[in-house]
Amino acid sequence: MRAYLSDRMGAALLMAPLLLFLVLAYAWPFLGVVKWSFTLPTPGLGQYEALLTDDLVQSVFIRTLRIAAVVTVVSVAAAYAITVVWVRGTPVQRVIAEFCILVPFWISVLTRAFGWVALLSNRGLINTWLQAIGFISEPLALVRNEFGVIVGMTHFLIPFAVFPLASSMRSLDDRVLLAARGLGSSRMRTFWSVFVPMTRSGIIGAALIVFVFSLGFFVTPAILGGGRSVMVAELIYLRIFQSPDWGLGAAISVVLVLFVGALMALLFRYVRPKQLI
Amino acid sequence: MQQPGRAAEIKAIGIGKSFGSFRALDNLTLDIGRGEFLTLLGPSGSGKTTFLMILAGFVQPTEGRLFSDGVDITERPAEQRAAGMVFQGYALFPHMSVEANIAFPLKVRKKSAADIKRRVGEMIERVGLKGHEKKLPAQLSGGQQQRVALARALVFEPGVLLLDEPFSALDKGLRGQMQAEMKRLHQETGTTFVFVTHDQSEALALSSRVAIFNHGKLLQVGAPDEVYDRPDNRFVAEFLGEINMLPLKGVRPADNGSTGLCEDRAVSMRCKAETVRGDAILAIRPEYMSISGEAAAGENGIAATATNSTYLGAATRLDLTTRQGAKVTVSVPNEIAAAALSKGNSVWLTWPAEKGFLLPHGGQ
Repeated sequence: MRAYLSDRMGAALLMAPLLLFLVLAYAWPFLGVVKWSFTLPTPGLGQYEALLTDDLVQSVFIRTLRIAAVVTVVSVAAAYAITVVWVRGTPVQRVIAEFCILVPFWISVLTRAFGWVALLSNRGLINTWLQAIGFISEPLALVRNEFGVIVGMTHFLIPFAVFPLASSMRSLDDRVLLAARGLGSSRMRTFWSVFVPMTRSGIIGAALIVFVFSLGFFVTPAILGGGRSVMVAELIYLRIFQSPDWGLGAAISVVLVLFVGALMALLFRYVRPKQLI
Repeated sequence: MQQPGRAAEIKAIGIGKSFGSFRALDNLTLDIGRGEFLTLLGPSGSGKTTFLMILAGFVQPTEGRLFSDGVDITERPAEQRAAGMVFQGYALFPHMSVEANIAFPLKVRKKSAADIKRRVGEMIERVGLKGHEKKLPAQLSGGQQQRVALARALVFEPGVLLLDEPFSALDKGLRGQMQAEMKRLHQETGTTFVFVTHDQSEALALSSRVAIFNHGKLLQVGAPDEVYDRPDNRFVAEFLGEINMLPLKGVRPADNGSTGLCEDRAVSMRCKAETVRGDAILAIRPEYMSISGEAAAGENGIAATATNSTYLGAATRLDLTTRQGAKVTVSVPNEIAAAALSKGNSVWLTWPAEKGFLLPHGGQ
């Protein structure tokens, strides 16, 4: 018991500097943001009323949720396939999958966004090639719209979905899969009715992580959306730095943080934090 | 393994399996009869589980052929063989209820909903899981999980049921109960059972035949009393239970068996000295030896001194040393052990001629 207590004390001491940093750098300033949302330009609930009535704010929120939902579905599905290869493939397949998962982490989000512009724009690689082989006559609108934003965000978020999925796939008992096959189930059927349901916690964890990350995306939608597919984070930026309408920007921030906080609470009911790394 | 409701007859011819340079199974030839309860017995790494996995179709043999009811199934994938299988640790589907677990093999066979409901209901009744239908495996005790695994493996009436150390996780009392239950299920279904264990008492208690493995080789197959009383070699003799070994000289055939000299006394055996001549080992199970004041003329017996006793309740285990220094253990009634110890000096160990058997001198 004594050893256990001192272990806990030790852990608390080790975490203290980080906690202090988070309080000073994030929590304290954020209280200021909360204060703005109730006081600027005039004290009261005016900013929150505006949130409910302002068509632009509402359309941005709806677009953000829509993009986040699509990105979540696509990222988790793609990550699932990659993770199956990474966890259960042959040694060579594993190395290749690991490479594909880790390399994106070494490239900054800005570089990747511009990389996608180079690929997807009207005179980008994809459109030029498709025109060259005569598949299309007019360039396809692949960027400066929601499609471009979804592509860029999905690419960024797939690796984050891989870890919770891998953790759930690794803890799966192989004998259960053998049992399914021994009982007469084909490989396909075993995958869909045994393997996938048994990785449910990983799927939920991956989906929530990707969804939460998507809600706060700024750089990728700003570049690949070309100002036409504005998401919440960019809207906050515009309200604070361009309008300037600090009160409304602050109110949007507060709503976003509360929403993300609720999703995180939900996330940790399904997955232990250890599974996410 | 293909006609449901009918016990399968399996023939393995020259089966071998290598994992890299490791020889897991070597030249195994074995017939498994229709409706038989065969136990594969051996220490871990002896090849018994590898053979079970080959029967199930999860492992491909390196050489040899496997036949089920005369059909070559060596290359047939596991899902098409559809042998019922109970795994160590049960391998139940954790996300499915008891009912859904048992229904699974019927669902993949596309049985009608009414048929599935009826057969699952029957099976649940048969293994005594009524009232637990909607529970998840994690909500069940070890014994109940075991029953679900048995029900799931038997519900589609497979030609053969394969069991991989199914009782290793259960405590002793429950183990006995599940063994009795499995014996009953075997009689009720009439299916061929192939059962893997490393527990020799379990093997002797349950099976119609026992196949003993060591180092990837099948050493002996036979009915429990046959392998226990007449083992072919030293490993089988020792693995199946405690055994006394006495050096024997001048072994030769005789009327009705064979004779030899044990510590300068003539002894006779019912078994024939076919492969064993000259020096050999005389092996006798402890419970077949008795203690007396003096061996009668023509009776098998040697002189020994009691050194130690262990009270076991129903009987006493007595350790003795013979005149020439061989250690012998016998299991005798308590009062006889007390008398032998109190004398402090020589007693006679005797045994019936049909209970002693010959093993080659030295080696295995």
